[in-house]
Amino acid sequence: MTEKKIRVLVAKPGLDGHDRGAKVVARALRDAGMEVIYTGLRQTPEMIAEAALQEDVDVVGLSILSGAHMALAPRILELLKANGQEGVCVFIGGIIPDEDMPRLREMGITGIYGPGASTEDIIKDFREAVK
Amino acid sequence: MTVTDSILQGNRLSLSRLLTQVENNSPEGRAALAELFPHTGKAHLIGVTGAPGTGKSSLVNQLTLYYRKEHASRKRVAIIAVDPSSPFTGGAVLGDRVRMRDLSGDDGVFIRSMATRGSVGGLAQTTAALVQVFDAAGYEIIIIETVGAGQSEVDIARLAHTTIVVEAPGLGDEIQAIKAGILEIADVLVVNKADRPGVENTERALRSTLELAHPTKRIFRHHGQAMTIESPETDATLWIPPIIKTISTDGTGIPELAHSIAKHKAHLHQSGDWAARDRARLRSEMEALLQNQLMDRFLDEVQKKIYDETIEKVYNRGLSPYEAVKYLLNGK
Repeated sequence: MTEKKIRVLVAKPGLDGHDRGAKVVARALRDAGMEVIYTGLRQTPEMIAEAALQEDVDVVGLSILSGAHMALAPRILELLKANGQEGVCVFIGGIIPDEDMPRLREMGITGIYGPGASTEDIIKDFREAVK
Repeated sequence: MTVTDSILQGNRLSLSRLLTQVENNSPEGRAALAELFPHTGKAHLIGVTGAPGTGKSSLVNQLTLYYRKEHASRKRVAIIAVDPSSPFTGGAVLGDRVRMRDLSGDDGVFIRSMATRGSVGGLAQTTAALVQVFDAAGYEIIIIETVGAGQSEVDIARLAHTTIVVEAPGLGDEIQAIKAGILEIADVLVVNKADRPGVENTERALRSTLELAHPTKRIFRHHGQAMTIESPETDATLWIPPIIKTISTDGTGIPELAHSIAKHKAHLHQSGDWAARDRARLRSEMEALLQNQLMDRFLDEVQKKIYDETIEKVYNRGLSPYEAVKYLLNGK
């Protein structure tokens, strides 16, 4: 009856307190018809994996500006897998140096967005990923 | 192992996936729901409603913490937090979890956010079905937080055993009129943010409205002393909603709130209202489904051409909606 809604968890792991970007993306995804679960600042990888499990999301969007992505991303991927959610697509937005990108992709991160990324691209990629 | 078995055994991933299927009204979801239904009917359903910004989510956070930490029985708690969908795009930002971060890391708590998906009344169409899944999965307390509600979002009273209406100081004066509507469904009234100025005024306004709403409890002044006269026959069936002051940022008043909820539950059992509410809820749930299915069946059967012509007549003010329905149903 109802079409399948794309459910997205937007989370900010780590200690930086700047969530403007995460909110802009959350709003854009909402306007694209997705259901966005917003968790707020300073989430641990455990909290993010738990929320992803309880909310049965299709996509997790991480906003990381602190530089800790090489520590946080693998931990989150590992926890998702441990919960049986290896099918969930994980995206990262934030300040990610070029040299880290291939390694993040290898780990299983689906997409990475830096400053100036267009929300249209993000929406398109999310839709593509959950097909 | 079937989905039903794994949910009855407490598998959280299966539970979460079934919640999605039930929410999407998929055939698999409906089949599992049918299997789980005999296992329902045990949980205490607590509704939390009130205007936006009164602190519903923070209150749910504190109440759940209390049930998990302070309360001797350490009951398992499921929370369904409903937020509105955009009427234009169908999208939603569900932000109630932001206020519930204290609850993470406890596997006796399960929080699920839900968008209204076009439903009015403060809940989504499938909220009742999600409640059934949690009930069958063995959650003893299920807290349903409605969207920020105003006047008519009273569906929660049909769903929950105990409805908590949350108010906050500073909103009171402008929303007096609204209160009369939403007050009627309150089993427990909470004045949250009780550290803010104006809390006495809010409390007084609520109390006087309550006294008007419950004239069965008669309070007389006799030689300057207040005497309450209650007749013993009505005592068991009469419930006067208590007013509890809370500060949900630090947990003040939460034990008193939990105590009132427990007292209300005991009252429901004692007065026979528990079973009555259960029956009323299942009936309205069944009737809502029946309504939908009848509509679907009717749309299947009616000729599209006739339907379109009739509605066109209504658009042109040639036929009133009432006459149009009569015509469509009876063919004349």
